[in-house]
Amino acid sequence: MQWLSILHDYTFQNVVIGAALLGLISGPLGSFAVLRRQSLLGDAISHAALPGVCLGFIIAGSREMGSIIVGAMVTGALAALLMLVLTRMSRLKTDASIGICLSIFFAIGLVLLTYIQGSNNASQGGLESFLFGQAAATLRSDLWLMGGITLFSLTLLGALWKQAKLVTFDPEFAHTVGLPVSLIEVLLTTMVTLAVVVGLQMVGVVLMAAMIVAPAVAARQWSRHLGAMVFIAAGVGVVSGVSGASISALSRGLATGPLIILSASIIVLISLAIAPQRGLLWGLLQHLRQVSQLRRRQILYTLYKTQSTRDQEVHNLPFRLNFSAAIALWQLRRKGFLVSQKTPCLPMSAGNRWLLTSLGVREAQSVMAELNGKTT
Amino acid sequence: MVRDERVALSVNDLTVSYHSQPVLWDINIDIPSGVMAGIVGPNGAGKSTLIKSLLGLVPSLSGEAFIDGKSYKSQRKRVGYVPQRSSVDWDFPTTALDVVTMGLYGRLGWFKRPGRKEREESLEALDMVGMRALADRQISQLSGGQQQRVFLARALVQKADVYFLDEPMAGVDATTERAIIDILRRLRDEGKTLIVVHHDLQTVRRYFDWLLLLNVSVVAMGNVDDVFTADNLRKAYGGQIALLDDSNSLMFAASKRDN
Repeated sequence: MQWLSILHDYTFQNVVIGAALLGLISGPLGSFAVLRRQSLLGDAISHAALPGVCLGFIIAGSREMGSIIVGAMVTGALAALLMLVLTRMSRLKTDASIGICLSIFFAIGLVLLTYIQGSNNASQGGLESFLFGQAAATLRSDLWLMGGITLFSLTLLGALWKQAKLVTFDPEFAHTVGLPVSLIEVLLTTMVTLAVVVGLQMVGVVLMAAMIVAPAVAARQWSRHLGAMVFIAAGVGVVSGVSGASISALSRGLATGPLIILSASIIVLISLAIAPQRGLLWGLLQHLRQVSQLRRRQILYTLYKTQSTRDQEVHNLPFRLNFSAAIALWQLRRKGFLVSQKTPCLPMSAGNRWLLTSLGVREAQSVMAELNGKTT
Repeated sequence: MVRDERVALSVNDLTVSYHSQPVLWDINIDIPSGVMAGIVGPNGAGKSTLIKSLLGLVPSLSGEAFIDGKSYKSQRKRVGYVPQRSSVDWDFPTTALDVVTMGLYGRLGWFKRPGRKEREESLEALDMVGMRALADRQISQLSGGQQQRVFLARALVQKADVYFLDEPMAGVDATTERAIIDILRRLRDEGKTLIVVHHDLQTVRRYFDWLLLLNVSVVAMGNVDDVFTADNLRKAYGGQIALLDDSNSLMFAASKRDN
């Protein structure tokens, strides 16, 4: 009953609730980031949170969550706005400006981090845990903070739902109907910062981008509406957060943050593979189905043509008998459209005599009628 | 045809440049109310830029736009817009009906959600463009012509007086082109003004009753019969076009520099 007792474990409860909150906020906000083609923006913002974490620590003088979060929010938002300005005002493309902001802010963060470590401050311990997260250090008070931020951003998103949707889909049209497009773009971008600060403690600044992108990408595979996508993304985020935290707790000593990211990645891979309509496997099956249907029609058509002109069964099929043709022949025979008579002295492909049944003749006629109907 | 002497759109002294290259130069236009106006010119003439700068989507160095004599900003609700189909990502997770409803967002105000009344209006607009049956279809599964009709329906629900359309006939099938032109004519007959960026010179005479020939600056504008002459076209297109004056109608051969 080891895994039951773990449910009552104080640390475990904190970690699971924290991970769930992280999934809840990063899924919906990530959905908008992904649809606005700003997946990498989350990466830059989360790296840019590091200097803020350090500044918060320096100003507060201790590892106090409140000031660290405020610091992370300020530098994260600063980086986000700098990127918007760079892409708008200069000739830099989005990827270049994201790259610039990410490295500059992260470098400043690392410099500040080593500065703090060299300053012999007794309470500096564990500041570098914000690089990769340290979920076990999560306190109840941190959870209240994370919960408040999550509630705030989801409420804001809900209130501005239709504006956010239109600005994401068609910003130019949004402008012509009088929406304050720049304001909403700035809001959507800086709200990603809120998701990042919720993830600081759990997964850290380096891996946070995956938490923004992965649930949204997985959700897009399964959804037909923006609303559904946002809900599924939140669900995927919560599931990967909780399962990552649980695996970590049961396995003793494996890092929680990376496990959360890995859980999300597995859901992404499954979604990319098997989601109906959009999945790779689905597309492959669809393709094979079309190929075999075309093959069957070709065979029916050729047999019908040769039979009706020569008035006898066909010996040599007028096409190469490859794998797909063999399958098509087998399918047609099973449906009763054609019969074969083996002549044992000849090799298999040349020796089979294929004959359309009356059922097959009718099928071939309807195929031809359809083809003619399409060409005229 | 309802045609009065009021001016639907007037543009004063508009200049737009992109990276210190003039795209539009000293544009002055007056488009009368209740016409179907075409904007025609060679590639890079600034046709789309003209519409976008009037709508405030592209910054201009100078110039003002007036709708019915009042500044554009105060008349925004009376203006409808059909952007180029390629301007959005059609893989966005939504349905045709939802895209059409977006045309009503400006009217709804900040926090009101679209309800049953908005749904009815949007369905009606989809019906007008012959797309009601596809209302719940994913927009990624629509053909190019169907996507264009959805955009037109989104503009229809705006119930505007002046419509800007950016190449609505580009890359659509013949059925869609006919459907679009029928709707535009009906709107004009109701007294609306339609301003259409167009690329196909063959159909200019048939579609439009007012024409603006553009190549960075205004080459000619006015009634289509006065403006659509071999002389003006040569001025607008330079050597890019071969003209054959075949009694009444102008015919165009695909132009190569050597013919």
